[in-house]
Amino acid sequence: MLLITCPYCCTARPESEFRYSGEAHIARPLEPATVSDDDWAAFLYMRTNPKGLHAERWRHIHGCGRFFNTLRNTVTDQILKTYPAGTPRPDLGAPAEGGR
Amino acid sequence: MRFSLFSLARQALGGHARWPAQWRSPEPKAAYDAVIVGGGGHGLGTAYHLAKEHGLRNIAVLEKGWLGGGNAGRNSTIIRSHHPRGETEATHQPSVKLWETLSDELNYNVMYSPRGVMMLAHTVHDIQVFKRHVHANRLAGIDNEWLTPEAAKDFCPPLNISPKLRYPVLGAALQRRGGTARHDAVAWGYARAASALGVDIIENAEVTAIRRDASGAVEGVETTRGVIKAKKVGVVAAGHTSVLMGMAGVRMPLESYPLQALVSEPVKPVLPCVVMSNTVHAYVSQSDKGELVIGAGTDVYTSYSQTGGLHVSAHTLDAICDLFPTFRRMRMMRNWGGIVDVTPDRSPIIGLTPVPGLYVNCGWGTGGFKATPGSAFVFAATMARGEPHPVAAPFSLERFTTGRLIDEAAAAAVAH
Repeated sequence: MLLITCPYCCTARPESEFRYSGEAHIARPLEPATVSDDDWAAFLYMRTNPKGLHAERWRHIHGCGRFFNTLRNTVTDQILKTYPAGTPRPDLGAPAEGGR
Repeated sequence: MRFSLFSLARQALGGHARWPAQWRSPEPKAAYDAVIVGGGGHGLGTAYHLAKEHGLRNIAVLEKGWLGGGNAGRNSTIIRSHHPRGETEATHQPSVKLWETLSDELNYNVMYSPRGVMMLAHTVHDIQVFKRHVHANRLAGIDNEWLTPEAAKDFCPPLNISPKLRYPVLGAALQRRGGTARHDAVAWGYARAASALGVDIIENAEVTAIRRDASGAVEGVETTRGVIKAKKVGVVAAGHTSVLMGMAGVRMPLESYPLQALVSEPVKPVLPCVVMSNTVHAYVSQSDKGELVIGAGTDVYTSYSQTGGLHVSAHTLDAICDLFPTFRRMRMMRNWGGIVDVTPDRSPIIGLTPVPGLYVNCGWGTGGFKATPGSAFVFAATMARGEPHPVAAPFSLERFTTGRLIDEAAAAAVAH
């Protein structure tokens, strides 16, 4: 079970307090009616699904209830950083594949 | 060498010291007509059908590890085809028929055992949905029947049908032709048969790049064992599909999750069929070695770790201890994760890609093993002809742009 530090509550809590909400930094187009089918499919369905650093949304449903973002290495499942929703992705560089 | 009673007797007299290798291990050639990336059951089966039905003999299967070391050896070996959607019935039902003749076809015993797959209903909603599936399947000529709790217990004596359970068994849908097969044997059998037809099976060759020419078409792959040229490349890499397709600049509608499974200590035969339950989340069958083979759920987050959190397996054991109180004192020996690639509509993607010469067969999610023969058959036809096989056509990558999704939440029977 992951230990996740909620950036609002500022404590490390077990994964079961949180809900995973998919890849972060995917903005819904402001005017969907003007978006092409390809761009709409890209927004709705296409995902980076990286082997390595993944920016992802979590929601502290059994705590403060707020969304935030997490940078996690999908090879080791180690969480490197959590940060509030709406702030840009921190630049940690690319992790060595498979390494911590 | 063909396996037969005669060859067995001859090898027995020789002390079993002269069994040949089951497939050749050649050095990779500089170029092939087609390359399959991924040496699991789907990829090896694709190569077998390309060689057998489509006359492509100058082909290679590239596997980054060893055959059967990925999801081919990590699944819970269940075979069934009771899906309610017409498109999915069309892909899975031929697979069940192919399973019945696969050992003869490959001259390799894949230990197909149609012992029956029983899916338990625990709520009024389950009963309604499963009965609808039973009727939809029977209309399509697919075997599926409804059982009362008592009939379910007759079919599977260790099942607890006490009404005092938190989620009592209210009935079950039984597919008698469903069952299990030895998953490694499926990979090995296809490898052996493909190798005999001239297919080069190259293990320990991880693809590190996909090369494209000036027009954008595929011209080969770079691997840890050198550059291999090919005008046709088929990616059949399950959880690593996004990584490979990214090498060709194609973003995929996939997310990779660890799907967990575990096995118990071996015991005498106690469980005569496969039992599945969506609602309390349990899959269990007994292997020929006597171990209970238990399928647990996926972790909630994407990962390539091949492990996952222990609480996911513990949750499934809770359910199994309720359904089979006699299993409570058994010890679990091993648990592991396989990385499964999940699409937004829980249906696979089989077909062409925006890159000429690049084909993909992926998105089988948590239920790929049972579809292995059918998937391999239609994907081989798709690669050979350069256009989707009619059964595969609805499962194109374009469906995510056109909106013609195939909403198959029942595909894996787990509560997605």
